[in-house]
Parts: sequence; structure tokens; C-alpha cells
Amino acid sequence: MSTRSAFSAAAVDKLLRLSALELPDAERPGVEADLRKIIDLIDALQAVDTSGVAPLAHPLAASQPLRADEATERVERDRYQSGAPAVRDGLYLVPRVLE
Amino acid sequence: MTSVNAPANRATAWESVIGLEVHVQLRTRSKLFSAAPTAFGAAPNTQASVVDLALPGVLPVLNAEALRLAVLFGVAVGGEVAPVCRFDRKNYFYPDLPKGYQVSQLDEPAVRGGRLAIDAEDGPRHIELTRAHLEEDAGKSLHDAYAGQTGIDLNRAGVPLLEVVSEPQLRTPAQAAAYFRALHTLVRYLGISDGNLNEGSMRCDANVSVRRPGAPLGERAEIKNLNSFRFLEKALRFEIDRQVETLEAGGVVRRQTLLYDSARNETRPMRGKELSDDYRYFPDPDLLPVEVTPAMLDEARAALPELPNAKRQRYASEFGMTDYDAGWLVADPHVASYFEAVVAACGKPKAAANWVMGEVAAALRRDERAIGDAPVPPAQLARIIARVADQTISGTAAKGLFETLWRQADATDAEAVDQLIDSQGLRQLSDVNALEALVREVVAANPGQVRQYRAGKAKMLGYFVGQVMKASRGKANPREVNSLLRKALAEP
Repeated sequence: MSTRSAFSAAAVDKLLRLSALELPDAERPGVEADLRKIIDLIDALQAVDTSGVAPLAHPLAASQPLRADEATERVERDRYQSGAPAVRDGLYLVPRVLE
Repeated sequence: MTSVNAPANRATAWESVIGLEVHVQLRTRSKLFSAAPTAFGAAPNTQASVVDLALPGVLPVLNAEALRLAVLFGVAVGGEVAPVCRFDRKNYFYPDLPKGYQVSQLDEPAVRGGRLAIDAEDGPRHIELTRAHLEEDAGKSLHDAYAGQTGIDLNRAGVPLLEVVSEPQLRTPAQAAAYFRALHTLVRYLGISDGNLNEGSMRCDANVSVRRPGAPLGERAEIKNLNSFRFLEKALRFEIDRQVETLEAGGVVRRQTLLYDSARNETRPMRGKELSDDYRYFPDPDLLPVEVTPAMLDEARAALPELPNAKRQRYASEFGMTDYDAGWLVADPHVASYFEAVVAACGKPKAAANWVMGEVAAALRRDERAIGDAPVPPAQLARIIARVADQTISGTAAKGLFETLWRQADATDAEAVDQLIDSQGLRQLSDVNALEALVREVVAANPGQVRQYRAGKAKMLGYFVGQVMKASRGKANPREVNSLLRKALAEP
């Protein structure tokens, strides 16, 4: 699997779009180089024979603690909304997302 | 071939392939990963906690009850409940998803496989399930209230959902609706969801494609967010026609996401919410692998109620009921338990079924009530049935009595039935001597009709029965009257 050849300017564009980030052109070469290093590392990992090794879902050797189904959380709407740019009728207002 | 036959002809030339993804809102008090309440209809954002809002520094903790309900579902459908399941992040940007990702399960869902029995057009059929996984719901966007802006209510954010995915084994819109219905019935039997379609407790996405029978699968379209059996069926019908027309005109079906507009009965491409084509799933580092212990499985097996199909078969074998009647009664678990309570109290399954499917259903529909708050509880209906059976009251009087009890909801015990029978004078006249006197009077008063009857006009019997009933002011026992009249009229 040659990730190296597949990793292109187009891939960087796609990543930027998916993560909703803007990248100044000047920073592009640096970021591309960093990403390439990360991809190389992953390629190295992929090359290891892991047949017979169970995938590790989490580094902690523990399982998820469970919480009793009780609605104990106090919701302080006014306080939570005090940091929001726009609020009306209890709703958060955002720029219109449907035309 | 006439043109009238053309559509049917076309339908047989194409086969549709349908798979459903149904989001079942689990019935929990608190959210999947936070201790905020889940009650429907609260003021906006009053049930959105710091976890649901994705404020920095918060951590999710899994709700034990949501997991228990998922396990119960897995056991009920005969699926494989994973001893360890895992949560992943599904990443996309939308204002009603404050974290920027939805916590869901990709590779290691809570349940794999299982199957669901449906009533297809050609009889019962089993539809295999691919999986059922836990995930959190998103918030709600209100697009129309504010000029140029969208209002966001995050009360629903984090509400636990079980997404049930079927294999693409449904072949017609009617089968898809039957599957949705069967799932709706099942989740209410299990008590894992209130199944309230109007409140969005079950939402269905339908994947549909068409092909020539035996050909490889065609390109599919996904119709999002259907919350009624009828709309599901209509949306699929429209979309299948659209795809067939497109293909027959030499066009190509594109893979796309559609919304169904019930007002116009059409599907159209979803606008605005351009979801990502790449969700970059990865294991959620904030959540550890979830263990389902053998003890939890045992507990689920023990908690399993009698399921709809088993109940339906039992009604047929134990009560000698038709499959249609049995299917009708078991479709809603509350109706089934009402019916069973009536049977337990009066021992008359046939009469109980007739009453529940007839008078009770009609009154509930008329008053838009749920059977859980029917003003005539099972004990009263059972007493009414018993009083008809022991001939204390007539069937007609019973119906009137039922209506009276329905309207005066304050008296809910069985004794009220007997009190009303007495206070309203509904007791049937079964005393043979008294009835004979009435019969003699009526026969004597109608010599002409008597002659007609004796001349062979047997239908006149009904006239005499009517006259006796009238003379008794409706209280005469019709069965007695009938036999007494036959005897009296036979005499020369």
C-alpha cells in the first residue's frame, strides 16, 4: 500500500475541507512535510505483521465504568449561554445553515 | 396488452431492493453520556448539560440503562451481543452537533445479526438484521423562525439511540412498512422505547435501489428521516417509480441523499445539510471498551417478555383465534395486556376479542385516547361480558352499559357494572311465566300476521320478536322469546 504516492496536494485540500480549517499558503510546505512524516510512521506500523495480535482499542487495561440512569445534572442555561455570541428564546442562534 | 396493464408489467420487470436503518430512541431518564434529563418537550436548551454542549474539560460516562436496553434488544432478535463493544467518533460539522463529532459505534457494535419476523404480502417472512449499535442523537435546528439565522436547541443532543440496520432483504414498499411496524411493536414490547412516532422516537432512513431480477445491485438512494409507516411506504413507491423511469429513459441513478416531502408526495435531494463523504471514524479516546458480562446477558434473557410472535401463536392455539384477530390484538402491547386482563377476569376470550376490537377500539379512536387510560378498565369489561354470558343483560343493553361506563369514568370497579344494571333497570326479563304472558298478548293482538306465519311465511317470526321486545321495553331475553314464540305460533 503506497500511501506516499497517494498523499498529494489534493489530499491536503481534502483534509482542510473535512476539518474546516484554512491554511495560509506560506505554511503549506511545512504542514505537508509534517503530515508526510506522520503518514510514513503509519506506513512503518502497517508493515509490521500483526496477524494474531488483538487490536487495542484503548491503552488502559480497563473497561468503561457505567453510570446509573439518573438525571442528576443541573442545567444552568443562562450561565451556559452567557458565552454564546447570539441567543434568543432560549435558542443558540447561528448563521443560517439552509438557504 | 392494454395500457391499463402497463404499470403492473413494468413493476414485474424491475425488482426493488430496500434496506432500512431505524433510529430507536431508548427510554432512559438521562442521556447516553451525561446525567441531563431526556424528557420530551422541555424549554429549549434546559436539558443540555456541559457534556451535551461539549464545553472544554468534560468527559462522557456511559449510561448503564442504555446499554442494558441494547443488550435486551440483541437477545430478543436472537443477535450476537458483543462481549466487548466500543465507541467511535463520527466526525462532521453541523451547528446542532457541538462536539463536531457524533459518538457512535462503527467496527464493534453492541449487537450483530439477529432477525425480525414481518407480515409480508405473501405471508410471514424473516428479515435479517445487520447490526444494532448505540449512538447519541444530535440537537435540533429551527430554520424558519429567525431571519438569516438558525436557532439551535440542544435538548435532544446526547439522547441515546439504538440504530437498527436491516440487510437489504426487503423487496417492496409494503414489506418495508411491515418491517418498520414489526420493529415498532417489538421495541414497545421490550419497553426499550416509547415508540412515539410523532415525537420522533423512531426515525427511519431507507436505502433503495432497483434492478432487473437476478442482475447485480443498482445504485442506491437514501431517503432520510421518515417517521411514519405510511410515509415510508409512499416515499419508497415514489422513489422506486422515479428510479425505474430514469433507467427506462436511458438515464443513470445517482447515489444521493433524499428527503421525502409528504405534502407533495415526492422525494427530492437534500439541501443544506451536505454531510461529509468521509466521517474519519476513529475510536473515541474518552471512552473505554464496554464490557457486557455473562451476568448482564442472563439478566436480559430473564427480563425478556413474551414476544409478539409467540403471543400471536398462543392466542391462536389457546383461544382458537384467527391469525388476523391475534395479529390485531398483539400489535400493541398495551392492547394485548388489556385483552389478557379481560380474559383472565371473565374467561371468555372470543367475547373479549370482539369487544376489544369493536367497542373499545372504536371508543378509543373516537376520543383519541390510549388504551392505558380507557375509562372502562378490564375488570369492568369482563363483568359486562360475564353478565351477557349469564343472560342477566342482553347484548344491546351491554353496549349501552359500556357507553355509560365509558362516559362516567369515576366508577372503575366491576361492582359498578352490577349497580348500573340495577339502577338503570337493564336486567333481562328471563322469567318464563312473565314472557309467556307477553307472547300470548302479542299473538292475540296480531291475528293477521299469525295467519301469514302459519301459512308458511317464516320471516314473520322476526316481527313477533320485535313486538315482544317492544312490549317488554327491550328487556325480554331474545333467546327465550324466540323459543316461546315458536311454540306459541306452532299451536293451531
